[in-house]
Amino acid sequence: MSSERVGSIISISGPVVSAKGIPDIKIGEVVYVGEERLLGEVVRVARDHFVVQVYEDTGGVRPEEPVYASGKLLVAELGPGLMSSVFDGVQRPLNVILEKTGPFIRRGVKVNALPRDKKWEFKPTVKVGDKVSPGDVIGTVQETSMIEHRIMVPPGISGVVKEIHEGNFTVEDTVAVIETASGQVELNMIQEWPVRRPRPFAERLTSEVPLIIGQRVIDTFFPVAKGGAAAIPGGFGTGKTVTLHKVAMYSDSQVVIYIGCGERGNEIAEMLKEFPELIDPKSGKSIMERSIIIANTSNMPVSAREASIYMGITMAEYYRDQGYHVTLIADSTSRWAEALREISGRLGEMPVERGYPAYLPDRIAEFYERGGRVRALGSPEREGSVTVLGAVSPPGGDFNEPVTIHTLRFVGTMWALDPELAYRRHFPAINWLRSFSQYAEIVERWWVKNVAEDFPRYRAKALRLLTVSSEIEAIASVVGESALPDDQRLILLAAEILKEGFLRQTALTGVDVFCPPLKQYWLLKLMIDFFDRAYDLITRRVSVEEIVNLPEVYEMMRVKEDERDLDAVKELYQRVMAKLDSIAKRHGVVLEQTPMSG
Amino acid sequence: MVELAREAVKRYPGKVYRGAKEIRGSLMIVDGVEDAGYDEVVRILGKDGKERFGRVLETSEGHAVVQILGDREGLETDTLVKFTGTTFKIRVSEDVLGRMFNGRFEPIDGLPPVVAGEEREISGEPMNPVARVYPYQFIQTGISVIDGMFSLIRGQKLPIFSVSGLPHNRVAAQLARQATVRGEGESFAVVFAGIGLRNTEAEFFIEQFRETGALERLVAILNLANDPAVERLMTPRIALTVAEYLAFDLGMHVLVIMSDMTNYCEALREISTARGEIPGRLGYPGYMYSDLATIYERAGIVKGKNGSITLFPILTMPGGDLRHPIPDLTGYITEGQIFLSRELSAQGIYPPVNVLPSLSRLMKSGIGKGKTREDHRYVADQLYDAYSRGVKARDLARIIGEVGLSKRMRNFLKFAEEFERKFVNQGFYENRSIEETLDLAWQVLSILPEEELVRIPKRLIEKYHPKYRRG
Ligand SMILES: Nc1ncnc2c1ncn2[C@@H]1O[C@H](COP(=O)(O)OP(=O)(O)OP(=O)(O)O)[C@@H](O)[C@H]1O
Ligand SMILES: [Mg+2]
Repeated sequence: MSSERVGSIISISGPVVSAKGIPDIKIGEVVYVGEERLLGEVVRVARDHFVVQVYEDTGGVRPEEPVYASGKLLVAELGPGLMSSVFDGVQRPLNVILEKTGPFIRRGVKVNALPRDKKWEFKPTVKVGDKVSPGDVIGTVQETSMIEHRIMVPPGISGVVKEIHEGNFTVEDTVAVIETASGQVELNMIQEWPVRRPRPFAERLTSEVPLIIGQRVIDTFFPVAKGGAAAIPGGFGTGKTVTLHKVAMYSDSQVVIYIGCGERGNEIAEMLKEFPELIDPKSGKSIMERSIIIANTSNMPVSAREASIYMGITMAEYYRDQGYHVTLIADSTSRWAEALREISGRLGEMPVERGYPAYLPDRIAEFYERGGRVRALGSPEREGSVTVLGAVSPPGGDFNEPVTIHTLRFVGTMWALDPELAYRRHFPAINWLRSFSQYAEIVERWWVKNVAEDFPRYRAKALRLLTVSSEIEAIASVVGESALPDDQRLILLAAEILKEGFLRQTALTGVDVFCPPLKQYWLLKLMIDFFDRAYDLITRRVSVEEIVNLPEVYEMMRVKEDERDLDAVKELYQRVMAKLDSIAKRHGVVLEQTPMSG
Repeated sequence: MVELAREAVKRYPGKVYRGAKEIRGSLMIVDGVEDAGYDEVVRILGKDGKERFGRVLETSEGHAVVQILGDREGLETDTLVKFTGTTFKIRVSEDVLGRMFNGRFEPIDGLPPVVAGEEREISGEPMNPVARVYPYQFIQTGISVIDGMFSLIRGQKLPIFSVSGLPHNRVAAQLARQATVRGEGESFAVVFAGIGLRNTEAEFFIEQFRETGALERLVAILNLANDPAVERLMTPRIALTVAEYLAFDLGMHVLVIMSDMTNYCEALREISTARGEIPGRLGYPGYMYSDLATIYERAGIVKGKNGSITLFPILTMPGGDLRHPIPDLTGYITEGQIFLSRELSAQGIYPPVNVLPSLSRLMKSGIGKGKTREDHRYVADQLYDAYSRGVKARDLARIIGEVGLSKRMRNFLKFAEEFERKFVNQGFYENRSIEETLDLAWQVLSILPEEELVRIPKRLIEKYHPKYRRG
């Protein structure tokens, strides 16, 4: 487009601006609004006017100011330099804005997503004469100490490598020339991709491997598979952000993209303080080296909040295509849905449920559908995944509302947060009766293979114990615990040990912040074997009092925090079993075979 | 009565419009307008000779929707309307200290308006998240239940959720009087935003400051119950614009108290309804979350500046219902909340803090060794844990009677009562240091058998438990 396409503003209502005068304007096209050229995107076109969603504050903008069309869709800039950055919802690096405008964000600032002056060492992986097609890796750049950035042939380009350069280049320098059917194409290290369109891949694969988070209630009971999707709904202060921060910090993801969508500024500040200090045990490097943060906090423009989700997932797909296992975290998807609602309202669309537009379920589905495990396009053959984790903030903590309801249709795991648990400071306040995981069965195979063969049996037993105990608790709250028969009191005790010693886990400090799978297994085994044997004793007329008062009962609740870690659990296991054996002996009871220690 | 044509020439040089198309509630629709800017300030002169202010809510070619601020009685469609070309701004300088203003930033203390200083837009600009310093300094309020269990951290936004009739204003006044960061002689100020307050409530606050001789460190922005409701939307924003100036230009530590934010939300609903917007829950607009966030997120500390803004808003929960949209949306934005309970208040306990649902999310970063005391976190956890068991025991006792409780449960029940009476309860003029607070906590905890103190490491029990200290 050679001649500049300029229109003029008709009316302004918050982030929604109507304009006219550009007949060939397209839906999705980026425009610059007003004298200050505020960034916007066309959301509706009519014969004589068009409507723009503006990503910056529109205060003081007047009718008849100009609107400039860009001819481009809203895209994410993809290339080396994304990693470790903090962006706003429309991919402007917040550190660069800080340098330009000081601690408060002025509107109208124009900055590039990727640094233009930084040189990267480009190492070719193809030779002149090689045939390449979309997705093929033509070279690599060490983006951070943890991430090798694989430069790929952009979609839509295939041909023969005519030139390929090794050395230090900026993202805009040409690193390769491809001879295509329609002529020569110069490639640099930037790709642009329209954020609202999923990036292509070769094939979808099933998700079989769990994302290990180190939180027992999640890994053991309600896991999410790499490439799967999970939602964490809960009222305010129930632990969504803390849980998601833990995933960002401790999970075995290769890349983490964290979208702070309409939430608190101090939470971003907290991440920026903690991430650089937290060292990944495997690489010995700060986890900031594998993270990208998108921060469009609640006081930043609402419309950019809407875009932030798409920016994030596009970057996630881009690293997936390079062959990484990416975890995308969105806190909170409800604020994104509210942004949709606000814009929809200003467009005068007909609302359906609680003011939300009719397309809300589609948008939620599209978002979660962009997750998954795939075989990437091109060679060498690569597999990558995007695991999508979304916080949901239901009004009044009541899950019976559109965003929660529709989200639960499209995710495989729900971590249901429970205010009752949070009020008791039982954290993570994930309710074990209301949560679910459709991946549990599939990823159990991973546990069997990598941790212990009898893991599924222990898991099932523990879940059953928790369910039964909640029924007994209901009775106990009416008649008092001392009125219960011995076997029921033992079930309550065992459930109490599980809740306190297994489910409850601090997010703050100490060894228990991250619990490796093998330790999870041993803790579970300890508690379940204890229960089984004690139950055996009780059915042979040993009084429950003898068991309740064992000092080991308290130890089982605390051993997770022991500095000696797994050794402490194993050692306690031996002692507990020996203690029960000696009780049995005292009563002349022969217990069934001692459970094997594995 | 004034002659509008003459006034137009005299008061408003340049373009001025005469006549509104319609005045409906607090909205005025003006036709034939060429270039009103979104959100710009409008001056409106009625035939009664009174000038009012307004804001442009919507603008399109030849048409503007103006929200009238201030009293609109006596307005007819024949008025003068002047678009000023700028959004709402106030002038800030050191002169604001010790002053009182209304919700349009006009002085109400009989002194002249502030003329020196820079003009600032009251809507402010969003703080860049990467410019924030994560809050970490403990503010000693001298109120045990807050300091001990829900510590206030400098730069935090921590609201009180109350119900009308409870002493929330007293708690806020006590807090404002006693709050200090220890070991510091830095300059501080209090900005008080009274939103839809009754006269007696406003006077109570001012009197409290006069009593402590801190009046010259106070800036009060008062919108009283009989002042125009729409100005309630501007009152907290004016207060925060002043606070930002004091904090980030003058380097002061500013405590901003806002009471009652429920009145703010009601005003927001009123205007939204008048505009015919699609209502959200209970008629509050769908954008109330974002709107409140643009207020509360102005609290904080920024890199490279000395000062800070700590926000202590008060709201009354309509019907005492914490799921009501006002407390609910607030809780989703603020960094914790302190609930007051009618039940405790009825038992004569002050401050009547309902401990279980209360929370300070930033507490963890401001307490512990070198900040408060090494045992602080553990003691707080233990108090919380034991109290929640005590409350459970109390509930159970109501059903099966106290005698039906196990001995262990009875212990917790006894603890809960002592905790409420000795630890939570304190005088309005009683200022307890954090050491006194923690020692008091140990005293009530010592009611329980030592084995029950499972949240506290042995080492600390041996150091701080009264049993060992006496010996
Ligand atoms: N796993 C945990 N361990 C210890 N404390 C926790 C844990 N999870 C939550 N908390 C406590 O609960 C508080 C609130 O948690 P969080 O900020 O995650 O809530 P949220 O669900 O994100 O709330 P909102 O919707 O308001 O953002 C934390 O500040 C912390 O005090
Ligand atoms: Mg949160």
